[in-house]
Amino acid sequence: MQREGSPWRGLSVVYFRELFDHLTSVRMVVLQFLVVLLGGAVVYFAAEQIRNTTAEDPFLFLRLFAPPGQSLLSFVLVLSILVPILAIGLGFDAINGEYNRRTMSRILAQPIYRDALLLGKFLAGLSTIAIALVTLWLLVIGFGLLRLGVPPSGEEIGRLFIFLLVTIAYAGIWLALAVTFSVFFRSTATAALVALGLWLFLALLWPALAQMLGEVISPSDLRFAQLGLPTPDTLAWQQALSRISPGTLYGEAVVAMLNPDAQSMTTLLAQFQGRIGSPLPLDQSIMQAWPQMVSLIAGTILLYVIGYVAFQRQEVRA
Amino acid sequence: MSDTVIEAQGLTKRYGRIAAVDGVSFTVGRGEIFGLLGPNGAGKTTAILMMLGLTEVTEGTISVLGHNPAREPLQVKRVVGYLPDTVGFYDHMTARDNLRYTAALIGIEPGLRDKRIAAALDRVGLPDVGEKKVGAFSRGMRQRLGLAEILMKDVSIAILDEPTSGLDPHATNELLETIRSLKHDGVAVLLSSHLLERVQSVCDRVALFNAGRIALLGTVPELARQVLGGGYNVEVEADGEGLGVLFSDIPGVKAVDQAGPSRYRLLADRDVRAQAAVAVVNGGGALRRLSVEEPSLDAIYSRYFDNQASQQQGASQVNNHAA
Repeated sequence: MQREGSPWRGLSVVYFRELFDHLTSVRMVVLQFLVVLLGGAVVYFAAEQIRNTTAEDPFLFLRLFAPPGQSLLSFVLVLSILVPILAIGLGFDAINGEYNRRTMSRILAQPIYRDALLLGKFLAGLSTIAIALVTLWLLVIGFGLLRLGVPPSGEEIGRLFIFLLVTIAYAGIWLALAVTFSVFFRSTATAALVALGLWLFLALLWPALAQMLGEVISPSDLRFAQLGLPTPDTLAWQQALSRISPGTLYGEAVVAMLNPDAQSMTTLLAQFQGRIGSPLPLDQSIMQAWPQMVSLIAGTILLYVIGYVAFQRQEVRA
Repeated sequence: MSDTVIEAQGLTKRYGRIAAVDGVSFTVGRGEIFGLLGPNGAGKTTAILMMLGLTEVTEGTISVLGHNPAREPLQVKRVVGYLPDTVGFYDHMTARDNLRYTAALIGIEPGLRDKRIAAALDRVGLPDVGEKKVGAFSRGMRQRLGLAEILMKDVSIAILDEPTSGLDPHATNELLETIRSLKHDGVAVLLSSHLLERVQSVCDRVALFNAGRIALLGTVPELARQVLGGGYNVEVEADGEGLGVLFSDIPGVKAVDQAGPSRYRLLADRDVRAQAAVAVVNGGGALRRLSVEEPSLDAIYSRYFDNQASQQQGASQVNNHAA
């Protein structure tokens, strides 16, 4: 049946109220504090390391975010762990919280569609994270200017900007997941635990599991193993499976953007063929990270749509 | 525009094979207070949600001020105020901020909002707590805040789901007073409740819900006639000869009980106090006391369900015999 009237009516009202709520909530202050503290510590040590060891490096600023070599903790790693927690923390009680407060039927009795409520909440959560990330990003760049005493090049700024956008998209997918769970589970505690559990599974267990599953689906060929090389088929399966985790997608995209001289998995074969080259130019790096970025955005939309459909069909009565 | 604001025809809502609301038809007129009564789970709230377009109609039609709530929910929700069963607000916000949020969702012009909010809070008796957090409010205050929201919205129809449940008698009276004032403004009020005694005093007409159907529909005296076969208890204390016979001749009187040496109880389908007084005086008696007990919804309600139960028992007994 065709509905009449705009589904966007009331969107900005919901959006600004939720945004205001997020920005003034204790929850957000705590999460933000955590991010700044951890990020600050990591960036400080990265800067110290750069100051001590730097030789000729065209991408000094990128090293601040993603130190080369076997650095135990990098700013990127801290973000890849904290951003999902931030997103889940902001989204896990979006819809079920309204039911529990018994405000849902009262709000939906006002002349707005459910679309406006759900989208307003999602966009407010995403904006909150975006504001936090942009602030943090500017802080780190400012800190870098002071500590390193070198201005970033145009290309570095471009790479860092895309890195920022990718991080926001990464937050979006976890936020969409949390909001969708908040539609499915009437208890906020359940929604939060399931979302966090899924995040732990995908972040910690899935990478190892993907390796094993890839081996099972397409066993390694002995001939490649004798040469000390991965079997292409097995490798392809393992990669495809591990990319189910948003964390893997995010990691690959970030490496492409912040480590232009590192060889990503897709160029591994080229490396074997002896085609190790100079750092990739910016547009080539974007090309390389493009599928990962699109996947993150597509995943966000897919999860949101699942939540949207479930919410539209839900009984309002508490 | 016609005087009918809500019109339901064969309204049905099924969850799987269970019908929560089953072929319900009724109309509500402008400025009328219409009571939806019935036990918990009889389908009152489901019927209300269908009126608001918040749940889909399985069968039948419903029209609210000429709009179909499923197709044009925004039009309907613009003119209908809804006070849910247990109304909730954002506890960390002040009463005024809660209403400001709703006012913005309704689309009240920014310049008018604060004025209308203040007027509404005044009317429900909460003028001084506008800046207090709702988290500290009692249930009665929340209920009144919910009413303030409806007043602020300036609606043509107010739907109140169990507005009196959990309120103390004083708060209930205040609430009913506000409902009467809504009627005075020409607002149609749809009231659902299981607290019959209270509701009876404000409702123009009532619909008695039972298992998804409307069992009885009409004004309270009409229902009394239908179910109790009368309903007015007129008590007369008078001295005189043969008054009992005189009383039973009064039109409308169904039965006469002699409760004491000079006390009579007349069961009638209307208020027959005047006729009874005339009868006593004409019969040469001395009238000492005359009082009437109006038919109570409570009595109608319990009698109706007693009848239902005994009918069902009778039916099952017949079945047992057949088996």
